[in-house]
Amino acid sequence: MALNETDLLSQAGSVENILRFDDIEPVLESNDLSVAYGDQTAVSDVSLQVPKNSVVSLIGPSGCGKSTLLRCFNRMNDLIPSASVKGTVNFAGQNIYGSEVDPTEIRFRIGMVFQRPNPFPKSIYENVAFGPRINGMTDDLDELVETSLRRAAVWDEVKDRLNDSGLSVSGGQQQRICIARALAVNPEIVLMDEPASALDPISTQAIEQLIQELSNEVTIIIVTHNMQQATRISDYAAVMMAGEERIGRMIEYGTNEQVFGNPKDERTEAYVTGRIG
Amino acid sequence: MNEQQSNILSIGRQEFDRELGRLEAELILMSGLVEKAIFDALQALKNRDIDRSQKVINEDDHIDKTELEIERYCIELIRRESPMAGDLRRIVASLQIAGELERIGDYAEGIAKISINMGSQPPLKELIDIPRMGDMAVSMLKRSLEAFISRDEDFVRTIVVELESEDDEVDDLYTKVQGDLMELVKSDPDNAERATYLMWVAHNVERVADRAMNIAERALFQATGQLVSGTTTIDTNVE
Repeated sequence: MALNETDLLSQAGSVENILRFDDIEPVLESNDLSVAYGDQTAVSDVSLQVPKNSVVSLIGPSGCGKSTLLRCFNRMNDLIPSASVKGTVNFAGQNIYGSEVDPTEIRFRIGMVFQRPNPFPKSIYENVAFGPRINGMTDDLDELVETSLRRAAVWDEVKDRLNDSGLSVSGGQQQRICIARALAVNPEIVLMDEPASALDPISTQAIEQLIQELSNEVTIIIVTHNMQQATRISDYAAVMMAGEERIGRMIEYGTNEQVFGNPKDERTEAYVTGRIG
Repeated sequence: MNEQQSNILSIGRQEFDRELGRLEAELILMSGLVEKAIFDALQALKNRDIDRSQKVINEDDHIDKTELEIERYCIELIRRESPMAGDLRRIVASLQIAGELERIGDYAEGIAKISINMGSQPPLKELIDIPRMGDMAVSMLKRSLEAFISRDEDFVRTIVVELESEDDEVDDLYTKVQGDLMELVKSDPDNAERATYLMWVAHNVERVADRAMNIAERALFQATGQLVSGTTTIDTNVE
């Protein structure tokens, strides 16, 4: 496929290329979800079902709306004044965009880890205890901090320096502390926006292993540019694509084996084989 | 992505496409060597041409080496490119087909060895059915490679169906050859040694047809992602 076939890139995907789960209740489900920044539509009509305790990767070329879509899943786009969202995101029996829903509560239940580790300029301990404290929790914080750091596979590395600044450790450790911070409020879903792209290979491996371990108890939706990473860690992959008018659409969603082994949409084939990037 | 990045991406991709083309060319060459080996082995048997049989045996080293080179090339492409989707299926199928071709080369070598073991003895019976089996098997081999190179699902499916029916015909001929040879042994037990030689030749030719069928199944995997072996199928597109 030629790189300049932008018409093709702008077309919506076929409904048959979007995996649907008939026999299970998805933990999160978007229906005809669209996002606009002012007049500019950034993501159009995404209907995605995410099964519980699965790892779903969002892949696609730069600027195709992956991060925008991800941020919709815990109302992070609300923080951008010009952003508007249409459609629904159902989670725990309600549309998280319903008028009665408290977005802060949603963000506790659906946590987020960003591309660059962003620990607060506080101690490692306080970073992890931050969410539970806001939730009014004061008892057993020591235990919760330890458990969260253990779940994030960073306890052994930081247990003797819990009072040191969260910024004093390596980038890979900072990122796992941020994951521990997200886990401390016991979220059902963790959204990750390229969590390993700023890390060295060893730290990346640690994060990938952690994602796989966490997926036994938490659902993870991850944006990644690294296709090999997506194939290693995820169960399902959703492919986003945008044409010249920069409107991101989901063109394919399926199991890893299908999306990376035998894609149905020729644009997915072109993307995963490096013909478009 | 800016234009410069696009260009770099597209240059890298063009290079990979060229390498995939080279891989295919190597397989076509290897297939040619193997077809010739089967043809020569059967001709040498029929004409009692020991020199030609010996040549087939010597040539098998070349086939084995070609297989290893293709294998090494596939490993290098996997290591370097981390291929996905159609590229991955193409390389995996190439790897498996090279293995099938190498085994077909071994069958040719086996026939040549039997022919040498027969020494100056004439074949027990006139060779009619075995060369027929050989022609069919070589034709199946050629078409299985054509299917692989086409990467066209409809064409590959047509070839698979045709080859299945021809493989049945080869099996029927094999059964007939076995029956005929058994009759000759029953009529005169002294025929046993020469009958056994031909039995082995027929067996080798029958296996060539089976391997050609395997290649067609690999061509189907490349084109569709379906893993097929005989009547068993795993569709990698469904969970």
